[in-house]
Amino acid sequence: MDEVHVAAPPRRSLGAWLLIAVPYFWLFLFFLAPFLIVFKISLSQTAIAIPPYVPTFDLAEGWQAFTDSLSEFSLENYVWLTEDALYWKSYVSSVSIAAVSTFLTLLIGYPIAYGMARSPQSWRPTLLMLVILPFWTSFLIRVYAWIGILKNEGLLNQLLLSLGLISEPLVILNTNLAVYIGIVYSYLPFLVLPLYASLERLDGTLLEAAEDLGCPSWKAFWKITVPLSLPGVIAGCFLVFIPAVGEFVIPDLLGGSDTLMIGKTLWVEFFNNRDWPVSSAVAVILLLILVIPIVLFQNQQQKMAEKEG
Amino acid sequence: MTRGPTWFNITSLVVGFSFLYLPIVLLVIYSFNESRLVTVWGGFSTKWYVSLLQNDQLLDAAWVTLRVAFTSATIATVLGTLAALVLVRSGRFIGRSLFSGMIFAPLVMPEVILGLSLLLLFVAMDTARGFWTVMLAHTTFAMCYVAVVVQSRLVGFDKSVEEAAEDLGCPPVKTFFLVTLPIILPGVIAGWMLAFTLSLDDLVIASFTTGPGATTLPMKIYSQVRLGVTPEINAVCTILVALVTLGVIAASIATKRQQVQRERDERAAFGDG
Repeated sequence: MDEVHVAAPPRRSLGAWLLIAVPYFWLFLFFLAPFLIVFKISLSQTAIAIPPYVPTFDLAEGWQAFTDSLSEFSLENYVWLTEDALYWKSYVSSVSIAAVSTFLTLLIGYPIAYGMARSPQSWRPTLLMLVILPFWTSFLIRVYAWIGILKNEGLLNQLLLSLGLISEPLVILNTNLAVYIGIVYSYLPFLVLPLYASLERLDGTLLEAAEDLGCPSWKAFWKITVPLSLPGVIAGCFLVFIPAVGEFVIPDLLGGSDTLMIGKTLWVEFFNNRDWPVSSAVAVILLLILVIPIVLFQNQQQKMAEKEG
Repeated sequence: MTRGPTWFNITSLVVGFSFLYLPIVLLVIYSFNESRLVTVWGGFSTKWYVSLLQNDQLLDAAWVTLRVAFTSATIATVLGTLAALVLVRSGRFIGRSLFSGMIFAPLVMPEVILGLSLLLLFVAMDTARGFWTVMLAHTTFAMCYVAVVVQSRLVGFDKSVEEAAEDLGCPPVKTFFLVTLPIILPGVIAGWMLAFTLSLDDLVIASFTTGPGATTLPMKIYSQVRLGVTPEINAVCTILVALVTLGVIAASIATKRQQVQRERDERAAFGDG
């Protein structure tokens, strides 16, 4: 096949168009369109009604009613977000908690992925399975399991007290430390898997060559292994960082009342205060913060897919 | 990399896997605890499992969850497989990058945003919320996971087998069911299982999109967990973990066996076995 042939879009039968149309339409309706609605409602005002916001569109009322309702839109909710310190503090602390946890996950995940890649071929399927298995078990259960371990009269404190390492229980549950532990624990497989994939593909002869030339092994690791595993590191870090910013379950169950995370703020705004327009505005801003990492992640995924294909 | 593991490697594996498994193991052990105090060991007992069987609310929630998970996983698998075929096979078309964006973005999108946006869609469409809305919401995010899993299977696919079928006059739809689907089947099955467990597990999206009468098990667990750790919850969790573990192990054994069988068939076909 020559170059021109590849570049030209192929002719498609009706069936092939349908193949594209069905998932496209589904995602458009249930993924993209809802964002437009969120954006619309973020410009609306709170009301004591069902649904609890005005204006609502009713296309049956005609064009005039439609344009009238447009004039009722305002940026009020966004102004409100800048005025109340709770919101921007939540954003800042979400991003910083997610960044710290991502770094800690990398710190713990790298040696695991590295150990897996260096293990004998026959161990690898089992090790891989062991990393994937927790990923299949319920997220909620895994977070819940930590409550029993971390609380004041929990298993960790009991162990440390009986060993005589501490004289009074450590307060870990309901602090940011517990949130870090929860995020690292829950997202570890997401980081280890892509990292292992790129470490496993690494050409061992490069390291042998470096060794033959008298390079100490730590230096070979730093100069060869680390740079070549970078795509895996980046993919893994995105997979941890992006969802962690909007995490709700972990800060809610493990964090304290002073643990501000935007996912929790949004939840409270929606379910407790029933303020749909403000929670929509919170979601829009969160999306704006995440749009850059998401686009970067996607480009990287595409690049990796092309390399494989 | 093919060099042997050092002590450092082995230690980090042992420590890493203990970290991953210890919390779940402790949870399972303490579900058999006689004492109501979750952190004090009072002897072995299965009474919490017995009391579960009498908890109608919990059983109802479990039944709703299983139905939602089964339906949404099935639809998501069909849609996700189609989406994977589009991603790998359809070449370029208008809006392709938007399409792949809509596949990859839900994988990392915070659940609160997905849940809120879908709820607002259902409100705008004036749909009664309940079983169906949770099911549609789960289908939507699960199909993206299915698409990614099936895609990775399709990428390493020998296209000449398909071309051979078509050259011999097999219509495309028939080719798909007779040639393509059997080859990508492990990916499709893995995708279905992933979609099923994601749905089984989801708290946030279900909380947003549910309505009266459709409380799922995670929602039930969550509302109890907020009140504190109880041995009943440990028992529910243990059952769920056991089911998932058995499922995953069974599936991986089945895939392995199928692979061995196929390799044997291939060797037999080429006559050097």
